[in-house]
Amino acid sequence: MSDDLLLKIRDLHIEGRSDETWTPIINGVDLSLKRGEVLGLIGESGAGKSTLGLAAMGYTRDGVRISGGTVEFDGIDLVHASAGEKRELLGKRIAYVAQSAAASFNPAHRLIDQHAEGPVTHGVQNRSDSAEDGVELYRRLRLPNPEEIGFRYPHQVSGGQLQRAMTAMAMSCRPDLIIFDEPTTALDVTTQIEVLAAIRDIVEQFDTAAIYITHDLAVVAQMADRIKVLLRGDEVETADTRVMLDTPQEDYTKSLWAVRAFQRPTKPAVLTGAVPLVSVRDVTAGYGKTTVLRDVSFDMHDGRTVAVVGESGSGKSTAARCITGLLPPRSGEVLFRGEPLPADYRKRSRDQLRQIQMIYQMADTALNPRKKIGEIIGRPVQFYTGLTGRARRKRVEELMEQIELPAATFHDRLPSELSGGQKQRIGIARALAAEPSFIICDEVTSALDQLVAEGILKLLAELQDRLGLGYMFITHDLATVRAIADEVVVMKEGRVVEQGPKAEMFRPPHHPYTDLLLSSVPEMDPDWLDDLLEERGRANIGDAAIENMD
Amino acid sequence: MNSVVTIIAQRLALGLLTLLIVSIVIFAAVNMLPGDFAELILGQGATPEAVTAIRSDLGLDQPPVARYFTWLGGVMQGDLGNSFAQANFANFAGADVNSGLTSVADQIRPRFANTMFLALVTAAIAVPLSLTLGVLAALFRNSLFDRIANVGTLTSISSPEFFLAYVLILFLAVLNPWLPSLSNIYDGMGFGERLQRTLLPALTLTLVVTAHMMRMTRAAIINLLASPYIEMARLKGLSPMRVILRHALPNALAPIINVVALNLAYLITGVVVVEVVFVYPGIGQLFVDSVKIRDIPVVQACCLIFAAAYILLNLTADILSILSNPRLRHPK
Amino acid sequence: MMLAYIFAALLALLALGWAFRAAGRAVTGGAPYFRDMPLSIGFGYALGAALLLWVGYAYVLARTAPPEVANKLFFLRVAVEGLVLFSVAGWLFRLAGRHIGTAASRKLFRAMPVTAAFGILTILVYAFVAIFAGWLAPFGQAEILPQANVIPGGNPALGGDPAFPLGTDQIGRDILSRLIYGAQNTVGIAFITTCIAFLLGGSLGFLAAVLGGWLDQLLSRMVDVLMAIPSLIFALLLMTIASAWAGSERWLLTVYMILIIAVIDSTRVYRLARAVGQNIVVMDYIEAAKLRGERLPYLIFREILPNATAPLLAEFGLRFCFVFLTIAALSFLGVGIQPPLADWGTMVRDLAAFINYAAFAPLAASTPLLAAGAIALLTVAVNFVVDWMLYASSGLKE
Repeated sequence: MSDDLLLKIRDLHIEGRSDETWTPIINGVDLSLKRGEVLGLIGESGAGKSTLGLAAMGYTRDGVRISGGTVEFDGIDLVHASAGEKRELLGKRIAYVAQSAAASFNPAHRLIDQHAEGPVTHGVQNRSDSAEDGVELYRRLRLPNPEEIGFRYPHQVSGGQLQRAMTAMAMSCRPDLIIFDEPTTALDVTTQIEVLAAIRDIVEQFDTAAIYITHDLAVVAQMADRIKVLLRGDEVETADTRVMLDTPQEDYTKSLWAVRAFQRPTKPAVLTGAVPLVSVRDVTAGYGKTTVLRDVSFDMHDGRTVAVVGESGSGKSTAARCITGLLPPRSGEVLFRGEPLPADYRKRSRDQLRQIQMIYQMADTALNPRKKIGEIIGRPVQFYTGLTGRARRKRVEELMEQIELPAATFHDRLPSELSGGQKQRIGIARALAAEPSFIICDEVTSALDQLVAEGILKLLAELQDRLGLGYMFITHDLATVRAIADEVVVMKEGRVVEQGPKAEMFRPPHHPYTDLLLSSVPEMDPDWLDDLLEERGRANIGDAAIENMD
Repeated sequence: MNSVVTIIAQRLALGLLTLLIVSIVIFAAVNMLPGDFAELILGQGATPEAVTAIRSDLGLDQPPVARYFTWLGGVMQGDLGNSFAQANFANFAGADVNSGLTSVADQIRPRFANTMFLALVTAAIAVPLSLTLGVLAALFRNSLFDRIANVGTLTSISSPEFFLAYVLILFLAVLNPWLPSLSNIYDGMGFGERLQRTLLPALTLTLVVTAHMMRMTRAAIINLLASPYIEMARLKGLSPMRVILRHALPNALAPIINVVALNLAYLITGVVVVEVVFVYPGIGQLFVDSVKIRDIPVVQACCLIFAAAYILLNLTADILSILSNPRLRHPK
Repeated sequence: MMLAYIFAALLALLALGWAFRAAGRAVTGGAPYFRDMPLSIGFGYALGAALLLWVGYAYVLARTAPPEVANKLFFLRVAVEGLVLFSVAGWLFRLAGRHIGTAASRKLFRAMPVTAAFGILTILVYAFVAIFAGWLAPFGQAEILPQANVIPGGNPALGGDPAFPLGTDQIGRDILSRLIYGAQNTVGIAFITTCIAFLLGGSLGFLAAVLGGWLDQLLSRMVDVLMAIPSLIFALLLMTIASAWAGSERWLLTVYMILIIAVIDSTRVYRLARAVGQNIVVMDYIEAAKLRGERLPYLIFREILPNATAPLLAEFGLRFCFVFLTIAALSFLGVGIQPPLADWGTMVRDLAAFINYAAFAPLAASTPLLAAGAIALLTVAVNFVVDWMLYASSGLKE
């Protein structure tokens, strides 16, 4: 039985250097992988997934070292192997697929040249055989124009296609093991599907073992035979995918699963004839010569959440910039409680500015790193309400209580001393300090880990119930939409494709694009991808589906 | 391909425009002189008749705009005017201002050739040396070699050129008489002798430029080696040599070309002080001498030549790095 | 013949490097460091060892050999002793810094390389000398004494005089006093110039970054043109004109020089301030402040400036060096700081001829190098500090 083991990691310790001292990244993790098996490695950011994945290749990045334990690949000790011995294995028997294909292909060479480089160097195939094989792999990975695409340079090929080309490159020597390091994280959902399907098929066809690293549970459920959960360098638990999904053992794993369960009760429909809090009327806008928004209209009401969804470049954020007045629209207008707002924020009154607040995606860039938390929240308090001194301090403390961060600890800290979730809460408090009636939340949870994101969503929901705020929730993540939205606006290429109450949106029949978008969001069911592919028909997924639709 | 041509054409046009504006700036600056050239040439004891005579000889009775275009027209044809020092002399000798004088162009030409020779010798030593050292420092970064190189180059960058020059004179000319400390170069000199006399100033400039170039090369290479595609190449099991030659080098071309061109542009400033220290008969020394005796036409001409060389080198750097960018060479 | 020797030496070093690696492998039993070591690194070790040995040998020779040999190695000896002295001073200063002062300053010193500590120490010493030059200098800066051409070292047997530890120049001015006053004049003028350049370039740069639009376009194009002329060349051109304006008023020429260099250098400050400002302006917290309705002064002084201090401070150090070197170069060329003010650049030019006596009177030859070295030491010190600051701030970002 043990002969069947391809990769065996025992009690692996890895350290990283920060400020002259070595701090642990991985603390004694074991890992076994059989031939042809796919292991999913999941965890939040900082869990050490990528470091572990690279260590499985005997590779550590600069400033990282293996401080103990063994990595054995097919009987070869990778920790103690010489550089030359490792070079024999890398690319030939163990291959790597990186997160960002655009950055991992050399911009100076054609795809097929980079594809053939491995087999030629390792003496597996000559240049022309390998190029031919590349075309065959491209075909199997369902890349358009497999004969031609290899002659392009990386910047001439789209992200999803590059990711598949990189998978083909990893396959070029028919390795025993491939490490996939978050290969679909940078892609849109509709693109992600086809890459996932392509990767899974090819790994199955060649019976290659793989370690699939991701933070997305639903993705790993489709890809892996077994799942290993990591938390801050420690293993939490390991089990077969179905077992893990049905009966997680550890509290941490359970809490990961529970994120998807959070859902707000549906609210009664808005009264007909009620004046909307904010409404966007026939707005067309753009930068320079390009038009980003075309005749966009939708309404948002008090105490309701409108989720604006769409893929990157669909115009979601531009719509928000029109509402805040940062980008005056070319035509159309924005109404606040029925009254038109000046198009340019500089022409709006202080009270108009106060009513509409924003929370940003990247809490790092949203808070001034040189200001203490008390000042970040205190400034809008003073600016809008005129409170100073002790009264201001008291108001700041109230606000910090609302976001569940104790003022005593956090008042005098700098943003850099806070975690991502805490920073996002400060962003919320700053918006609340203005006592607004409407808040735009721009991808507020997408940079956060799932558990933290859930906390933020719950907080936002609670604040809405208490203060009657209206939210415009910009997101590309449909799970978030399910959790928090009352109404949904679907955007594509600067137009509103479909809009309505959430319940209706998640029930067929849809606009075909909504359908594609909804069905592309991975679900926790391990059979989901199979079912979906069956439903869509293999040839008609992703790119092709979008093209066929128009 | 078309887009590259357009971009380069744009850059060329922009460079020409900059040169034109710079010539206006230089001309305007010179015209800020108190009084006018005629009074300057003749000094305070001049008779009004003599002043008027010189004024009309030099065209100073024309409006500034007309004078600018006359000057520019002359420059285009290689006529940089006559030097004041010569004019002054001629005036006292009672000769006609425009007859039998060496023009500024004639004065500058041989010296320009000498300066170019110095710059070429410097570049021939400095470019290969600093690129090699820079790449080595990048490859062995944070090693002892890298740290020593860092301290050494920082010291060399921070020292004034004349300090380095005198240290070199001290060690290579005075204590060990290998090279001459004065570079008297004249026409018809053999190449070997010329080279020997140019070597010390060239070495001084090399010290200054190498430090800059090496640091910039190191930074560019380190930046490059941190790219994900280099990690990818390593993970494909390629040999370190192949990673460098096939994956790093093609992409390093643009930054390295930039580094070289920028530092050759930097040479232009360094050349002035170094030529004075070694009494090297180049354009820099002529410039400083003319500044001291306020020989305006020569100062103006030298300034224009330096600025033109500087702009040209920056432009070359710009265009070459565009040409070496695969994204622009192979548009979508 | 020479080439053959060099070639043979290189071969020997290569063999030595190979032997070193082989020995390393044998002794450590194939530790990964030696096992994966390319031959080039072994060669590097051998080369380094050979150089170190040679310097050590030469140093011993310089201290023990008879004068005709030792004189030749005098400067090498000074260099070695100086290097050791400076390293020890820097190291001791850092040690002191680690134990004296507030918790924050001690933490700062703990993460500091010796070079940076040495730089800070040197800057402090220069500042002290510059401020108290009037008290420290034994003679006036323009005072002409009867004793001319006194050799430095203060040893009467060698032509020195204990009253003038660094000797006197050709017309009988005390070199030590002039060096000390030079600190005040050269460093002071460079500092003032840098401050003006920063005030001008910094404020315009931030304004351009925040306001953008036509103002940004106009300023940036102007700066582009000014930067298209090499700065020393431009300074020399303007100094020619300034000298005509100043006429016989020499102090006026110094004022003009300050203004000219400040304006030329402010273009570089403008570029940096604008770039730094633009990086900050696109941050979401600036957008949030704008949407709050904050006015321009609040945006610049409360939101942008606090985030720009680190790069601006580093740039201030670099700019200071540049200005300082430009002024020194101008003075060296004879068009900078004007006599009777003592100034290092001018001193180098005046004393340069002494260098030819190096072979038989090394002390006399050292005087021009002292002035030039004084310039180099300060700029090196500032650069060490700036280098460390840049490294520290880039390290924090990662």
